[in-house]
Amino acid sequence: MTVDNDLEGQIAEWRAYIHRRRELHHTDAEELEDHLRSRITELTEAGLRADESFLIAVKRMGSLDELSREFAREHSERLWKQLVLPAEPDAPTAARSRRELPVMVLCAAVAALAIKVPSWFGLGLEDDGSFYARNFSLFALPALAAYFAWRRRVGPRVIGALAVLFVLGAVAANAYPLADDSQTMVLTAIHLPIALWLVVGVAYTGGDWRSDQRRMDFIRFTGEWLIYFVLIGLGGGVLTGITVNAFAAIGLNVEGFIQSWLVPCGAMAAVIVSAWLVEAKQSVIENMAPVLTRVFTPLFTATLLAFLVAVIWTTSGIDVERDALILFDLLLVIVLGMLLYAISARDLTARPGLFDRLQLALIVSALIIDILVLVAITGRISEWGFSPNKTAALGENLILLTNLAWSAWLYLGFIRGRMPFARLERWQTRYVIVYAGWAWAVVLAFPPLFDFV
Amino acid sequence: MHITKDLVAASATPLVLGILAEGDSYGYAILKQVNDLSGGQLEWTDGLLYPLLHRLERLGHVESAWETPPGGRRRKYYRITDQGRAELVEQRRQWAAVVDALRGVWSTTQSIRPITSPAFGAGL
Repeated sequence: MTVDNDLEGQIAEWRAYIHRRRELHHTDAEELEDHLRSRITELTEAGLRADESFLIAVKRMGSLDELSREFAREHSERLWKQLVLPAEPDAPTAARSRRELPVMVLCAAVAALAIKVPSWFGLGLEDDGSFYARNFSLFALPALAAYFAWRRRVGPRVIGALAVLFVLGAVAANAYPLADDSQTMVLTAIHLPIALWLVVGVAYTGGDWRSDQRRMDFIRFTGEWLIYFVLIGLGGGVLTGITVNAFAAIGLNVEGFIQSWLVPCGAMAAVIVSAWLVEAKQSVIENMAPVLTRVFTPLFTATLLAFLVAVIWTTSGIDVERDALILFDLLLVIVLGMLLYAISARDLTARPGLFDRLQLALIVSALIIDILVLVAITGRISEWGFSPNKTAALGENLILLTNLAWSAWLYLGFIRGRMPFARLERWQTRYVIVYAGWAWAVVLAFPPLFDFV
Repeated sequence: MHITKDLVAASATPLVLGILAEGDSYGYAILKQVNDLSGGQLEWTDGLLYPLLHRLERLGHVESAWETPPGGRRRKYYRITDQGRAELVEQRRQWAAVVDALRGVWSTTQSIRPITSPAFGAGL
């Protein structure tokens, strides 16, 4: 019996080796394994021992390099990973992945129709822009959360919590008497999507939102989702242009249809489709966000350092315009994004390298610039008074500054070999809760605090 | 005797198509049959049969299906198509021409074996 077990172990090892070659698909491996087993059976019947038969059979199969080269020549398309769905899913998951596509289409359709529902009650997209600005995240994101709730098979308690949070968001966006052009209206329009996106994150993690790893997965998902969404948006732009001009060529004006149906419904459906694409392709395609991070980290670092040198050289203080805070908030968001996606793709056990020093230089230069801005701004904040916009911008700046300052400290510790990289990752995943708290605070507390200005 | 790689590669397609023309089969059985037919002279690297089968499938000469015999392993069977049969006929015609030409060469070389190099040019 142990001989058989040994043989099975050896075959399993060989199979694992085959699976590592991406030129060889699952079915190819199965076909080759059938061959290997036939050969072993024949050799053992001829009187050889099992392990001898295994060695000969593997040897006769040919070297794996040669084999994968031949397979690659025959199936060159496999080097371009382009599967949307696995062609031959494994039997147990087959039923579920067959339903995957219809469920996704259903969720996308719900999201697309949801944005049209208010217009049936007389709220036009053009006349009631502020209603749509406040609510646009409430059309697609519940459908997205529902999709993930289905995919992850979450329990009723999590579904209940998700529903409560979405209702809370809807109430906050619509119950407060926000004037169309008030600052708090704009703040709600910006912060509600962030708050609800993190609620989607709860569904994405299948309710296991306390887990650092699941949070990191959600951060990865967010980056990839954004890239797919932008790509689909570009494609949609081409589609729109062609549609308008083709119909114009035969004297039909379809701009009304484009504005009230194609663009809003398409955008909402794209939210779901992008999420589905990320899910379907997460193991199939190279993740793009870390690649972009690698490309842009050196460039941003160079720009920020050049800016710092220029500030010192010209000895001119930063001209703190009213919008400066927002600009530097954005800068911090970008730096944080690059840090996150550099972390997300990093092998946690790898030793610190040049790229890590570059990353630290990027963070430190962004911090120095931001501190210069804050110093310049504190003198004038009393002069402007604490309007909702300024308070929100300042609060965000401080939140990001805190995150990056501590990240820089942890990064330094890692580069000097005193701390494991995992601590930096854990800091980032734990900090997500601060973003959620802040976004909800702006949505729920700011309007009454500032008398709905 | 060792048969060169080029010759093995050139004869692989007609051999596989010919074996499949006899009836559906799977990789290991095809290889065994090649071995029997050549009396063990044709040595193939086992694994390389499969990229060849996949190429023939892509070209439409054969088609494949997974089958599970009762109590057995799942196995991929190959079947020759009409197009594959036509290809086999064509290959056979070409090989016949090559074999004829070679036969001619062998008989000439045998008859002129005693004559040494000076007459070589005269033979052409």
